[in-house]
Amino acid sequence: MLKFPIYLDYSATTPVDPRVAAKMIPWLTEHFGNPASRSHAYGWEAEQAVEEAREQVAALVGADAKEIIWTSGATESNNLAIKGAAHFYQGKGKHVITVKTEHKAVLDTVRELEREGFEATYLDVQENGLIDLDVLKAAIRPDTILVTVMFVNNEIGVVQPIAEIGEICREQGIIFHVDAAQATGKVDIDLGKLKVDLMSFSAHKTYGPKGIGALYVRRKPRVRLEAQMHGGGHERGMRSGTLATHQIVGMGEAFRLAREEMASENARLLGLRDRLLNGLTGIEATYVNGDLEQRVPHNLNISFAYVEGESLIMAIKDIAVSSGSACTSASLEPSYVLRALGRNDELAHSSIRFSIGRFTTEEEIDFTIGLLNEKIGKLRELSPLWEMYKDGVDLDAVQWAAH
Amino acid sequence: MAYSDKVLDHYENPRNVGSFGKDEEGVATGMVGAPACGDVMKLQIKVGKDGVIEDAKFKTYGCGSAIASSSLVTEWVKGKTIDQALDIKNTQIAEELALPPVKIHCSILAEDAIKAAVADYRKKHQA
Amino acid sequence: MSFAPVYLDWNATTPLDAQVREAMLPWLGAAEPVRFGNASSRHEYGRQARSAIDEARARVAAAVGAHATEVIFTSGGSEANNLFLKGAAACLKPGAVAISAIEHPCVREPARQLRRTGWSMTEIAVDAQGVIDAAAWAEALRARPALVSVMLANNETGVLQDIASLAVEARAAGAWFHSDAVQALGKVELDFRALGVNAMTLSAHKVGGPLGAGALVVDKRVELAPLIAGGGQERGLRSGTENVAAIVGFGVACEQASARRAAQAQRLAQLRDEIESGLAALGATVFSRAAQRLPNTIFFAVDNIDGETLVGKLDRAGFACASGSACSSAQPEPSHTLLAMGVDPLVARGAVRVSLGHGTTADEVGRFAGTLSRVVEELKTLASVAG
Repeated sequence: MLKFPIYLDYSATTPVDPRVAAKMIPWLTEHFGNPASRSHAYGWEAEQAVEEAREQVAALVGADAKEIIWTSGATESNNLAIKGAAHFYQGKGKHVITVKTEHKAVLDTVRELEREGFEATYLDVQENGLIDLDVLKAAIRPDTILVTVMFVNNEIGVVQPIAEIGEICREQGIIFHVDAAQATGKVDIDLGKLKVDLMSFSAHKTYGPKGIGALYVRRKPRVRLEAQMHGGGHERGMRSGTLATHQIVGMGEAFRLAREEMASENARLLGLRDRLLNGLTGIEATYVNGDLEQRVPHNLNISFAYVEGESLIMAIKDIAVSSGSACTSASLEPSYVLRALGRNDELAHSSIRFSIGRFTTEEEIDFTIGLLNEKIGKLRELSPLWEMYKDGVDLDAVQWAAH
Repeated sequence: MAYSDKVLDHYENPRNVGSFGKDEEGVATGMVGAPACGDVMKLQIKVGKDGVIEDAKFKTYGCGSAIASSSLVTEWVKGKTIDQALDIKNTQIAEELALPPVKIHCSILAEDAIKAAVADYRKKHQA
Repeated sequence: MSFAPVYLDWNATTPLDAQVREAMLPWLGAAEPVRFGNASSRHEYGRQARSAIDEARARVAAAVGAHATEVIFTSGGSEANNLFLKGAAACLKPGAVAISAIEHPCVREPARQLRRTGWSMTEIAVDAQGVIDAAAWAEALRARPALVSVMLANNETGVLQDIASLAVEARAAGAWFHSDAVQALGKVELDFRALGVNAMTLSAHKVGGPLGAGALVVDKRVELAPLIAGGGQERGLRSGTENVAAIVGFGVACEQASARRAAQAQRLAQLRDEIESGLAALGATVFSRAAQRLPNTIFFAVDNIDGETLVGKLDRAGFACASGSACSSAQPEPSHTLLAMGVDPLVARGAVRVSLGHGTTADEVGRFAGTLSRVVEELKTLASVAG
């Protein structure tokens, strides 16, 4: 039995895995202590649970538990890593490098640094969404102190060459931060090998709860940060604030499950993704956004030409997906990620991100394929642009009335 | 975005979708909007010898409100003279479909489509 | 734990309310109907999350007499305090910031950080009872501070400041006035408008809500820069995917706490008085006893008995209380609040905090009072033998 709308938006957030929920609930209820309470068992047991979760998070990414700092989520981790490192190392230089397709949490933070007097370079990506290492090398300056590149893009799912970027940065003595919010449980991460100094994580993209994330802060060679949240001195002074035990326990369990199950889960997801891919690319005039090889297994981003984005979303309300538009107060802005790939605004608007996950079934994929085929067909019947395209009119040569 | 029932009805069951043959007698076409703006409307009218619009067809690339506005207009212009058709105002369209303020431009575009089709007719049938 | 000790540390954190639990479980995937959307998503899952957050915001606002649009959700009280101090300072020319000498570290530390960006920082002295000293207050206002922060209720002594009067004076002197009301919520009446503050901080886990949610209630005239940049959630003042479960829990917790506040305040004050009369008989010092205080908090010391030792003994006897504020209890220094009150550091080392809550029963208090006097007598005997 299908349940509508079918959830195909796992990159936006994932349901909490029932096994994760089962581990969390006792820490929400009977074991409710404040992990900072040192004078009674309620506090001690909470602290112990927090430390066990820290080990579990570290284990998934090949880090030492001492290198994991709890935060309220990947957005806070990104802010802490970027501002914290930039502020600490600003004596060495004030230039930061990032990429045009980063998440807002990185881009807006870098913009904030610019307002404070830092300089930033926003690297272009290639048509496949990946950065060109030569472009990165050329952007590095003597005063570059920080490079921040996401592991996996949230919209198009491409996997950036983190290992290679790490080598370049380490060689030049530049701090390297990676936003890995979309990567955990999807790609192998071994911080023992990767030359990454700071890495941001989120629980709710990996079947854990919202409101909890972590920042990896390398100890060897040691990376220093200026705290952004001050107070009781929790998390070795790097992030003050009472720790939410149940959320931390949830993140630990979610990451433990990811480590155990990612190999088999990713194989299954790739099978479903390919089924979806085959079912949709049969539709004429569709374009896959982002490299199909250097890509996480659960993401498919496709542009459907000659149909308008909003009417497309309206037509497929039986599935819950993200579109190539970001909702601002009054209008729809085309995705800056798709624009960075060179897609025009119309194509960006008529793009759909399908992100599948642990609870997606073959039946749901088949329904989706059928739905898209039917609705794209119907909208194109309605579309004067489709008619012109079929008549061989070059739409780019048309003089559109100013509007 | 919450659409009104009337918009949903026109979106789900658009009236008079299609195109007339290029060489059909009395056919005029208005095409307004631009893909980059997110709306393109093509409105065709078929005008009888008596100057009355006998039939109308549309195709629209645009949001649900744009599709509904053009669908509605094809219904409204039928049976009207071209001068009467020009009296259809965007405010009437917006009111009929209960368009929210951010979608008023769809009704304006539909009104423009009527004007463009009539202009095309007059150009072709310069008396 | 093999058995559950009697919990007498409600100022550190509180057990989750049953109603709060019910409201949260669907959002944690632990009860039907399971809910999990990202509130920024435009599909049905997202809209469910958005409306749950809106509802919670209205509940929090109603509990403190604020407008829903004045409530900015954060990850907790610490973040809200940081947001006010650093966020407001970032929008002002460097000037003076004044805070009371008994603030929680998550007010004191961000205020100190402002010094690095050209601000001057003053800590306003308190008297022996822990109440803002009138002369020190007047002195602080003469410096025309741009930002003033005074906590409504102290987490250790429970002392209540006359925030309404302080707010009038601070604002007349040209300051934005903020109050950390984390310990006051649910224990005393809290009305944002009546207090006349420009901003105040709340926390869910001190009122039967979950860890992981707090709020800054802030008057829109106060210009703030966000601490956390990104997706633009919370009117751009706090980015990051909303913690829907915790926010939903926070809303229900506020509603529950408001509903029972008056009755509980009276009941807890009686229980507190019972414990305190026992303490008097033991010759203990009860700090701030002459001041207006929260009805649930007892902060005391017994001469020549170390606070850590006493708390350890009580813990083994089945009663969980605190030897200082939870956040700083990793540090062995005596209570910052007591030192600010001029208490001898030797006496301050003996400080123990007992804080009660709506789940505390008369029976528990009776047993605690008995155990306390037995344990204190034992330790006194040991002390006199050792001495």
